[in-house]
Amino acid sequence: MRIERSMLADLARGAAFLGSGGGGDPYYSLLLAEAAIERCGAFDLVAPDSLADDALVVPCGWIGAPTVSVEKLPSGHEALAGIRRLEQIMGRPVDAVMPIEIGGGNGLAPLIAAAELGVPVVDCDGMGRAFPESQMAIFNIRGLKACPSVLTASCGALTVIETDDNLTHERIARALSVALGGIAHMVEYPLTGAEARAHAIAGSVSAAIATGAAIREARAARADPFDALAEALRATGLYPHCAILFDGKIVDLERETRGGFSVGRVIVDGFGGHGRMEIEFQNENLVARENGAIRALVPDLITVMDRETADTITTERLKYGQRVKIVAAAAPAMLREPRALRLVGPRAFGLGTDFAPLEELNGMEGT
Amino acid sequence: MRIGVDVGGTNTDAVLIDGLRIVASSKQPTTADVSGGVAAAIRAVLADGAAAPGAVDAVMIGTTHFTNALIERRRLDRVGIIRLASPSGEALPPLTAWPDALARQVGGEIFLLPGGYEVDGREIAPFDEDRMRTAAQACRAQGIDRIAVSSAFAPINPAMEDRAAAVIAAEHPGAIVSLSHSLGRLGLIERENGTILNAALSSLAAHVIDSFGQALAGLGLSAPLYISQNDGTLISAAEAARHPVLTIGSGPTNSMRGAAFLTGIDDAIVMDVGGTTCDIGVLAKGFPRESSLSIDIGGVRTNFRMPDILAIGLGGGTRIHRDGADLRIGPDSVGFRITQDSYLFGGSTLTASDVAVAAGHADFGDPARLPPLGAEVRDAIWRRIQAMVADGIDRMKTAPGPVPVIAVGGGHFLVGDGLPGVAEILRPPHASVANAVGAAIAQVGAQIEQIVDYDVLPREEALAAMRRAAAERVVAAGGAADSVGIVDMEEIFLSYLPGRSAQVRMKAVGNLADLGPRQGVGSVAMEARHAN
Repeated sequence: MRIERSMLADLARGAAFLGSGGGGDPYYSLLLAEAAIERCGAFDLVAPDSLADDALVVPCGWIGAPTVSVEKLPSGHEALAGIRRLEQIMGRPVDAVMPIEIGGGNGLAPLIAAAELGVPVVDCDGMGRAFPESQMAIFNIRGLKACPSVLTASCGALTVIETDDNLTHERIARALSVALGGIAHMVEYPLTGAEARAHAIAGSVSAAIATGAAIREARAARADPFDALAEALRATGLYPHCAILFDGKIVDLERETRGGFSVGRVIVDGFGGHGRMEIEFQNENLVARENGAIRALVPDLITVMDRETADTITTERLKYGQRVKIVAAAAPAMLREPRALRLVGPRAFGLGTDFAPLEELNGMEGT
Repeated sequence: MRIGVDVGGTNTDAVLIDGLRIVASSKQPTTADVSGGVAAAIRAVLADGAAAPGAVDAVMIGTTHFTNALIERRRLDRVGIIRLASPSGEALPPLTAWPDALARQVGGEIFLLPGGYEVDGREIAPFDEDRMRTAAQACRAQGIDRIAVSSAFAPINPAMEDRAAAVIAAEHPGAIVSLSHSLGRLGLIERENGTILNAALSSLAAHVIDSFGQALAGLGLSAPLYISQNDGTLISAAEAARHPVLTIGSGPTNSMRGAAFLTGIDDAIVMDVGGTTCDIGVLAKGFPRESSLSIDIGGVRTNFRMPDILAIGLGGGTRIHRDGADLRIGPDSVGFRITQDSYLFGGSTLTASDVAVAAGHADFGDPARLPPLGAEVRDAIWRRIQAMVADGIDRMKTAPGPVPVIAVGGGHFLVGDGLPGVAEILRPPHASVANAVGAAIAQVGAQIEQIVDYDVLPREEALAAMRRAAAERVVAAGGAADSVGIVDMEEIFLSYLPGRSAQVRMKAVGNLADLGPRQGVGSVAMEARHAN
């Protein structure tokens, strides 16, 4: 598939939903991608199946605070510099790039590198959504190595991280991003084509584009954008179930920083006094409870959306008084395997409960 | 007594208010020189209310002049654009994603200079005075004397923008400089866009605000002049001349607050029907619901506090197209030419007003001049108009049940009775000048925004200091110290950063000091909001 400029807004809209509240507002990433396409022309989105076994595939994305990212913008050299250094280390050119996480602005991050390098973007990612930490990538779950990893910043600083331990890699990268002003570009988990095929979450980029397009088209046709969203998600095969959990107004919001994350909860009251939903988040939304009963759990996606427009409201932008719908979607199957749930399930976030799928919690089996 | 004025593209309305009582109102045509229409409208309410100029405590003017200039792309200045953030941000230069025509018209010369701050207050790069001087000289040499300066994280530290302004003042004394920290919140691109738009409006703003002053002086009015801004609060005339972009959302805000005042209803949908469009907004606790999304002005993304408005192409001058059995309502309008072009006034263009009068929903003009439409066609057109109105209401509604609707503006008769989903339609007296009423009851407001590290300064102390700073700004802008309250506080903890850093935004408002304590709908609503 050829990615044209006109498709980028759909990708941004879809990626925002898949961010499950995190991944940051994709608007600036959208502008950067549009500028890159303007400069270098359209580029290809290729299926993981088309990769040669020994191809070098590089996941990239931004690590840091979304709030900083709207004020301290990229110089435009970060991705290219990081990838060039990785090529030196690996002793070979990069064949393709991919997003480390499809959710939020990071879903668009590799597009700039792809346009500059003239390489394709692979239709896959490492998280199927957004997660707060690097070691939550499917590649760590599957035992692959994060390093060599290269961190670059707008000031031109470049750091190579070498460690065998993927959690140590996350800690070093996190500390570096803070030292660099709160935001940095990172290439990590360099993959062979065979590894990308076996372990990456395939189809997530085209799923984001299809989801974003469905919302846009429904709005234009004055149809219900939430119906269109659910339909589009099911059609991807990656996100087989989707449910509107709740419809109401934000009546309380608690947000504080704990351990370097934005942790808190948002409370939504139903219109006409019909029930109450509470969502806990750590950058991304983790659990949704209605009147105390769990309706959705991480790694399933939980996204707060503007109830009129179906625009995603990221965790950073939640505000008292917003009228919202809470939409949940089943995570890709790879994230629901037992070995994945150890790293990205409820207990990995300190929630005292085991994972239960969205469709079971909501009696949707067979739908 | 206060005078509220609304200067629209077509009409200039004025009201004279004594306490909570509307003494007089007037609707006059807007004149090309602006001041003529303002003077005529004010003169009319003073005469009608038998009030001496000396009895007027304050004049508040709301205007859509600057909004229209941006939308119609006329009377805009070329702007020298300076950004202090390099090397950060070079991937997204100024004017990115602007409509080409507007970018060409406004964009004079762009300078990406080293500077700006990190989130923790460090400098991204030191300020380069030589390069700043060169940029100022280049603008001067090219005759560009409107300059917009934006630095990364200026809302938390404006020092570098201030240094840039000082250099420009020395090298290019004739230049008028707009600084981003005095205009916007975090979000460099949106804030910079607003700063550039502001600079582009400099000449027009100086001219318009000056003509307001002249109109007042000509009438012997020495009362202070205030201008309404986007969120329904007031700024001084001098501040509006410097920061005209802060007024571009004031039209819908004033009409909604005016509607709340006139009806005493704080929660409703407000439909302000003008000559060309109908602005639909939501009144929540007496104040317009603000848009949660970014606002496009003339196709440019900004992040001002603005009411959430749905504009539909329906107004009193909206043309009705008939092509055989096919009916089409607008979107074009005869606008201010309605008094010549519509059948009611002797013209030969079928407008929404003609149909409303024909169907008995309004009574003005000369019904004898209406064309023989036939009851069937007439009713079909009216039903189509009502369907557009009902659809607009439905799109803005936030609760499933029926809602009260307040219909205001010169074309309010187009909102018919018996609409689905509507509890009741309120048409208050003075509905056609609700906008001017909104201007007259506005308050003084100030907003500040900072990133605070609670490990350095404990949260309670930090918030108290910000509350004081916001209140001081309200008082500095003419607010009464004993009436100041915090109406909006937003605290966003910065994820990923260590410690307890938060971005805090605080908005304070107060009554105008020279009016004394006032119990309006607005004040009550403010307190209710504060209690949340």
